[in-house]
Amino acid sequence: MRIILSSTPMKQIGLFISCLILLLAFIFSIAIGQTSIPFSSIYDAIFHFDAADKEHVIIRTSRFTRAVIATVVGASLAIAGALMRALTRNPLAAPDILGINAGAIFFIVSAITLFSVQSLMSYMWIAFLGAGAAGAMVFFLGSLGRDGLTPIKIVLAGAAITALFVSFTQGLLVIDEQGLQSVLFWLAGSVSGRSIEMLVPVLPFILGVTVVAIFMGRSINILQSGDDIAKGLGQRTMLTKITLGIIIIILAGSSVAVAGSIGFIGLIVPHMAIQLVGTDYRWIIPYSAVLGAILLLSADIAARYVIMPLEMPIGVMTALIGAPFFIYIARKGLAKNA
Amino acid sequence: MPNYVSVRTKTNRISFQIAKRTAWILLLLSLLLILITVLGLSAGSEFIHPVTVVKELLGYGNGDYDFVLHTLRLPRVLMALLVGAALGVAGLILQGIIRNPLAAPDIIGITSGASMGAIIFIVYFMGSVSIQFLPLAAILGAGIVSFIIYLLSWRKGVTPIRMVLIGIGISALAKAVVTMLLVISNVAATTKAYLWLTGSLYGANMQDVYLLLPWLVILMPLTFILARTVNVKELGDEIAIGLGVKVQVYRLLFLLISVMLAGSAVAFAGGIAFVGLVAPHMSRMLVGRSFAGLIPVTAIIGGIIVIVADMVARTAFLPKDLPTGVFTAAIGAPFFIYLLFRTRNQ
Repeated sequence: MRIILSSTPMKQIGLFISCLILLLAFIFSIAIGQTSIPFSSIYDAIFHFDAADKEHVIIRTSRFTRAVIATVVGASLAIAGALMRALTRNPLAAPDILGINAGAIFFIVSAITLFSVQSLMSYMWIAFLGAGAAGAMVFFLGSLGRDGLTPIKIVLAGAAITALFVSFTQGLLVIDEQGLQSVLFWLAGSVSGRSIEMLVPVLPFILGVTVVAIFMGRSINILQSGDDIAKGLGQRTMLTKITLGIIIIILAGSSVAVAGSIGFIGLIVPHMAIQLVGTDYRWIIPYSAVLGAILLLSADIAARYVIMPLEMPIGVMTALIGAPFFIYIARKGLAKNA
Repeated sequence: MPNYVSVRTKTNRISFQIAKRTAWILLLLSLLLILITVLGLSAGSEFIHPVTVVKELLGYGNGDYDFVLHTLRLPRVLMALLVGAALGVAGLILQGIIRNPLAAPDIIGITSGASMGAIIFIVYFMGSVSIQFLPLAAILGAGIVSFIIYLLSWRKGVTPIRMVLIGIGISALAKAVVTMLLVISNVAATTKAYLWLTGSLYGANMQDVYLLLPWLVILMPLTFILARTVNVKELGDEIAIGLGVKVQVYRLLFLLISVMLAGSAVAFAGGIAFVGLVAPHMSRMLVGRSFAGLIPVTAIIGGIIVIVADMVARTAFLPKDLPTGVFTAAIGAPFFIYLLFRTRNQ
C-alpha cells in the first residue's frame, strides 16, 4: 500500500493542516445555512455577545451548539471505528455495522416509551448499556468456532443483531405513536435541535477515553501483529482488548445518546487515515479524530442544502456517502480473504 | 432404495426424490397447519369456539360470526399463511444458492429494496395511483436492488460471500433512502409507512389475498421443477460445473424467483423479519437436505410461523394490534443466535 504521508515531519504537518481545515469547516458550519451570517458577527457573538442581535442569538442557541456537537460526535465515531478495526482486524467493522448503534437506540427508545425516563444523564448510561450489550453479543457470536473472529462472521452477526434491535425498536414506536415523528428524526441521526446540555454530561467521558486511546496507540500497534506475538512481547492482550472494548462502547454510546444513529463515519474515516499515514495507530487515532470531525461538519453543512427548506437527517447523508464506500471495500478489500 | 420415492419425467427435466419420511412429515405438518389456522380464526378480541369456526367455514353455521370471520379474520390468516410460505421459500432458495446458512432475504437486502419501492410509492403516488400497484412497486424495488447487488458482486462470476457483504451495504443504502423519504413526507404518510415497514397484517382483505396468490401459484411449482440443480449446486460451484450445471445461469434464475417471492410478500405485509431465515432451517432439521422435499415443508412451516406470530401480535396486547414483524423477530433472533452457535465450526 502506498502511504501518502510517509515521514514523521510530514505527518505532523499533515495533522496541523487537517486541524486548520477543521477550524475552517467549523467556522463555515456556523456561518452558512438558511440565514447566512457574516464572519465578523461570529467573532462578536463569541466575544461581545449582544442579546438583542438576531444573528448573535442564532449563533449562540443553534449554530454554535450544532457545530460543537458535530465535531465531537464525528471525532468519537471515527475513533471508535478505528479502534474497532484494530480490535477485530476487519476493515468492515464499524459501530453501526456491528449493531452497537442499534443496541444503544433500542435501549434508549425502550427507556423512553416503557419507563418514561426523561433525564439526559440517564440516556447516556442507558446508551452505554445498550451499546455494551449489543457489542458483547456481536463479538461473542462473531468469535464462536475454531477459526475465531472472521470478517464475514462478525459482519453477519452484526447484521442479525441490528435486525433484531431495529424490529424491536419499531415495535415500541408503533405502540407509542405519539412522538414518532420526533423520535424518528433522532433515530435517523441528527446534530441539529440539540442543546449544549445534552453534550455536557458525556463530554468528560469522551475526552477522557480519547486521551487514553491516543496513548494506547503503541499497544494497539503491538496487538496488530497478532495475539501470540503481542503476548510474547509482554503485552497483556486480554487487558488491552477489554480496554479497547470499553473505549469503543463509551465513544459509540455517547455519540448515539447525543446525536442518534449516524452511520459509516467509523467506516470511512479510519480507512482514509490509513491511506494517509499507514498502519501506525499512534497516528491513525489523532488523524481519525480530526478527519471524522471534518467529515461530519461537512456532511452537516450539506444536509442543510440538499432538500431546502427542509433539513436532511445527517445520518442519511453519511449513509448515502458511506454505503457505496462499504460496497467498495467489500469488493476490493475482502477479495483476497473472502 | 425402499425409503425413497423417485419421481422422474421421460426427459429428466423434472427429477426428484422424496423420502417416505418426508411424506409423513408433510402430512403431519398439514394437519398442524389446519389446526393452527382454525385456532387463528378463533382467537381475537372476541373468542369464537373452534367448533363453531369449522361449522361456519363449512357453511353449516348460523351466520352469527359472518362479518368477524369472513371479513376480518379469514383474510388475515390466509394472508399470514401466504406471506409466511413465500418468505420461507424465498429464504430456502437463497440459502441454497448462496450456500450460507445465514443468508435470508432480510439480511442481504432484498427486503429493504422492496421496502424502498413501497415507500416511494406511498410517499409519491398514493393519491394519484391505485393502491393495487403497491405490490408491483415493492417487487420492482426488490428486483432493482437485487440486480444491483448481483451486478456489484460480479467479478468473474458471483461468490456467495461477496454477495452477502454487498447486500448488507446496499441494504444500508436503501434504508437511508427510506428514512429520507419518511422525513420529507407528511406526518400521515409517515405513520402509515412506518407501520407497514415493521411488517403488519393489519387490515388485510380478501382482495389482497387474491392479488398475492397468483405469485405463489406460479413460482412454487417453478421452484419445484428447478429443484434438482440446487442439490447439485450445494456440492460447490466446481463440482456442479463439472456435472454440467450452468451454475451462473441457475443462480440468476433462482435469485429472480426468490426476489419475486420475497418482494410480493413484503408488498402486502411489510418487512416481516427472520421468517426467511428460520423456516428453511427448521424444515432442514425435519426432512434433511433434499431440496424437493424441503420446498413444501418450508412453505408450510413459514405459514405456521407467521400465523402464530400474527395471532400473538393481535391478542397479546389487546386492544392494541401490534406489527407481526416484532414477534417473528422475537422468535427468529434467538434462533439465529443458536444457528451461529451450531455452525461455529463450519
